[in-house]
Amino acid sequence: MRFGCAPRTHDVHAADSGGSWKELPNVKLQRKNRLRAVTLGALAVSGALALTACGSDDNGGGSKPSGGASASNASSIKCDGAKGQLLSDGSSAQKNAIDAWVKNFSQACGVQINYKAGGSGAGVTSFTQGQIPWAGSDSALKPEEVAASKKVCSGGQGIDLPMVGGPIAIGYNLNGVDNLVLDAPTLAKIFDGKITNWNDAAIKKLNPSAKLPDLKIQAFHRSDDSGTTDNLTKYLKAATPDNWKYSGGKTWQAKGGQSAAQSSGVAQQVKQTNGAIGYFELSYVGDGAKAVSISTGAAQPVAPSTESATKAIADAKVVGTGSDLSLQLNYNTKADGAYPITLVTYEIACDKGNKADTLPTVKAFLNYMASEDGQKLLSGIDYAPMPDAIIGKVRTTIAGLS
Amino acid sequence: MSTAAVTDKRRSSLRSASLPKWSPWAIAAGSIVVAVGIGEGAGLTSHIQWGLIAALLFVLGTYVIASAVEGRRQAKDRIATSLVWVAFLLAVVPLVSLVWTTVKRGVKVLDPYFLTHSMGVVADSEPGGGIYHAIIGSLEQVGLATLIGAPIGVLTAVYLVEYGRGGLARAVTFFVDVMTGIPSIVAGLFILSLMLMADMQPFGFAGSLALAILMMPVVVRSTEEMLKLVPNELREASLALGVPKWRTILKVVLPTSIGGITTGIMLAIARIAGETAPVLLLVWGNSFINNNPFSGAQQSLPLYIYQQYSQSSGSTAAFDRAWAASLTLIAFVMILNLAARGIARWKAPKTGR
Amino acid sequence: MDITKTTDVPPPASQPTAEPKKSVNRGATRAGDRIFLGLSRGSGILLLVIMAAIAVFLTYRASLAISKDHGNFLTTFEWNTNLMPPSFGIAVLAFGTVVSSIVAMALAVPVAVAIALFLTHYAPRRMSGPVAYVIDLLAAVPSIVYGLWGALVLVPHLNGLFGWLNDYFGWTGILSWQGGPPRSMLTVGILLAIMILPIVTNVSREVFRQVPRMHEEAALALGATRWEVIRMSVLPFGRSGVISASMLGLGRALGETMAVATVLSPTFDIQTSLLDPGGGTFAQNIASKFGEATQDGRDALIASGLVLFVITLLVNGAARAIIARRKEYSGANA
Repeated sequence: MRFGCAPRTHDVHAADSGGSWKELPNVKLQRKNRLRAVTLGALAVSGALALTACGSDDNGGGSKPSGGASASNASSIKCDGAKGQLLSDGSSAQKNAIDAWVKNFSQACGVQINYKAGGSGAGVTSFTQGQIPWAGSDSALKPEEVAASKKVCSGGQGIDLPMVGGPIAIGYNLNGVDNLVLDAPTLAKIFDGKITNWNDAAIKKLNPSAKLPDLKIQAFHRSDDSGTTDNLTKYLKAATPDNWKYSGGKTWQAKGGQSAAQSSGVAQQVKQTNGAIGYFELSYVGDGAKAVSISTGAAQPVAPSTESATKAIADAKVVGTGSDLSLQLNYNTKADGAYPITLVTYEIACDKGNKADTLPTVKAFLNYMASEDGQKLLSGIDYAPMPDAIIGKVRTTIAGLS
Repeated sequence: MSTAAVTDKRRSSLRSASLPKWSPWAIAAGSIVVAVGIGEGAGLTSHIQWGLIAALLFVLGTYVIASAVEGRRQAKDRIATSLVWVAFLLAVVPLVSLVWTTVKRGVKVLDPYFLTHSMGVVADSEPGGGIYHAIIGSLEQVGLATLIGAPIGVLTAVYLVEYGRGGLARAVTFFVDVMTGIPSIVAGLFILSLMLMADMQPFGFAGSLALAILMMPVVVRSTEEMLKLVPNELREASLALGVPKWRTILKVVLPTSIGGITTGIMLAIARIAGETAPVLLLVWGNSFINNNPFSGAQQSLPLYIYQQYSQSSGSTAAFDRAWAASLTLIAFVMILNLAARGIARWKAPKTGR
Repeated sequence: MDITKTTDVPPPASQPTAEPKKSVNRGATRAGDRIFLGLSRGSGILLLVIMAAIAVFLTYRASLAISKDHGNFLTTFEWNTNLMPPSFGIAVLAFGTVVSSIVAMALAVPVAVAIALFLTHYAPRRMSGPVAYVIDLLAAVPSIVYGLWGALVLVPHLNGLFGWLNDYFGWTGILSWQGGPPRSMLTVGILLAIMILPIVTNVSREVFRQVPRMHEEAALALGATRWEVIRMSVLPFGRSGVISASMLGLGRALGETMAVATVLSPTFDIQTSLLDPGGGTFAQNIASKFGEATQDGRDALIASGLVLFVITLLVNGAARAIIARRKEYSGANA
């Protein structure tokens, strides 16, 4: 039965396209044929009806638990009246974290959550247009976006809830070099096209023991606008303003170099190209792309990891006003073991005036994300949990959403 | 084709010198051998280059030999023949590679389970899940778009060719040209702005509307071209018998060009079936099954492929699913294509050829 | 019966506009004629209405964006809509779109015409049927699949070709290569050429098949070789069709989005060499920048879409003009 469902699909299609010419009459002799065509169409429609009945959303057999041990925590999730289907959109940087959360949450509460990861801008735009009840974003709401959100949050406004952290790894692919240390000025010069060869004196100085080949550096950046680019360039600008003169932002501004779409595109190019360097989230490291350790001025160069990122985020201060919790990261951190190039993703919702039909579901889901279990799940999938001080405030704010 | 036979026979009786029939094969074999030799000798690693060298040698060789033996006119004919063959073979390589790759990588996870299950709660970076929800979504959206776009497109073309005189026809022609240049995402944004005005949530039919907009100009242009090829004598003969114009169009003009019109519609469907951008905006995407195109977010195959390719952290499981979905999408469009062609042939009046 | 069948398909909204005019023009006509004319004219009008709505919408949105543009919309080499105020310009995109499409057309059209001739006039009959089918089917391969294939299969295979071009033609400046993954305008052109090849072939073949048998036989009877038959009777007859087919292909090439986005390494500068990575196209830029675009950013992208529009329009206008001038050869009737 199962198999019988699938191959019939084309009939449906043929019937649809039939709209264009099926009505064309033909010579008298062929009238019988037209009748046959109509029968065929009827058959196709009934086929389509049969088809809609034979698929299944249940893929428990095909799915594997995510995030290691934490997947079994479903029983501790509080559903609190969560129901129906929830649409959301936003940052692709937190896509994997949301996927893992959605899986546990859906299984516990029977809610369908549909997170599209179309990009932070798309998420915020959809949110301020009232299409979705919450969005994910790599950067805090801008003043004009807050103003726009007041239209959909009756009596309130959109607020930023820091939920997921992540180190931005500088990945490289260089045959024979397993450990590479760079500092902010060198990094800036490489991405700005000032250092073009791997055996440059500046790189040698930081890596006295490495065998650096005479090879052109292929620097990859993101072709799409991205919060990852934003955070990297903010870091470069804060840490070495003399070498990085661009104003920053989500758009890559330096000239030259190569580009690719999305983190997975950059990672894929770096993995395929000897002599390449690029930046992407920690989960893309491996399989040919190794991570650069950053010399921050601390005793030891720091490698990107979930712990070193959490340490750096702990150095951030909350700059949001009211219930808004947007953070300002300290890119110049010299704390031991704090990795300075990190990214924080915010969940955005209304503080007051959420739509009544989605509020319980949004609240329950955000609660789960911020819960101990939810945060614990992050480090298993290469994300950094929020430091305790910050996540405590987030929990209080979520409890007050209305 | 019979023309070939005729030319050959005549040439042999009228001309003294002519190359034997096997000569193209011999020249081809010779040039491949030499090309492989050059390739090996010069240490060229790319087999594409070997092929190009062989093709070049073949064309040159044919020309030199034929003009020496048969004269310049025949040599030109031969060079045209060999160019046509070379062009054909060159073009076949990437197309075969495309199909081969899709099939080879696509069959890995393509099984009944894959076709009858949705993604459900399976994360994009994990193995498992299926494309049932995407198949349903694509079928419904593309089907509805075709139901709207194809009749309007064909009728507009009929108007332009059979009735069109004056300002309106010129305006329509002009705007059909404009319409062919609409980037798909812009059509999506247009419908989105209408949806926002009406305060609507994403649903399948909204995608169909955008797809129909993209489909219409393609249908109009190709149908127009095909209708123009119908000889006026046919129309005049029918009208002279006292058949009204509309019956002439329906019974004579359209059936005569039905093959070409079908091809045009198929091309249009192929174009919209692979559209990602408007679906992304209007239909949203959904990892669960939604059979109702008029309410709630749906999935579609191209969107599914795009999401699996771009948002999966580059996991192999997701790439496998993307290829399998590509294979399904191609199969789907092709089966439909074949079916439509079959019906067109069966319906079309018999011609001399 | 036929009437009822056709009436329930097209849009009802447009019918009334057609009827009064008709009765004025031609006096009493049969109901069937009137309904049919009404339907077909109604479809045309509906199309106009949709277009007008889109045009108004686009122009409005674009004008909003351009008024906020801090850079020069035509000449700025940057697309940064997240700045306050935003700064963006279409110079790079226009260049990239035109160049990649020219490369694609230059590669695809001759080959496509050759294949169409091959199928109609050269191939053994046993072969031409199946091959024509296969090409037909390939025209139906969705562009996203070409994108996948281009990124994962075509790009790695182009290293050799790029190296070769650089070795022998690098001195021209437009075919020099500095190394790195071959993800340049030429790559885009090649992929686009492969994508539009089946379409152009298909339509051209359909046109070549319509060449009146007698034209060809007359040429043959005068002792023409097969090539001369093609040059003297097939090509002149099919010219308008081939141009139209090329325009269909060009339309796809100009507006192609996903496939370009997957194989190009887009940067906002103009490379003199076709082989060096960089540049961008309108559609690709819209796709890449859309996700992170704010409302202003979307408007800016719409403005670039409008320019794509205008380019397509110019191209189509040129094609129309060519077809009109060649009308005397172009077919059985106007």
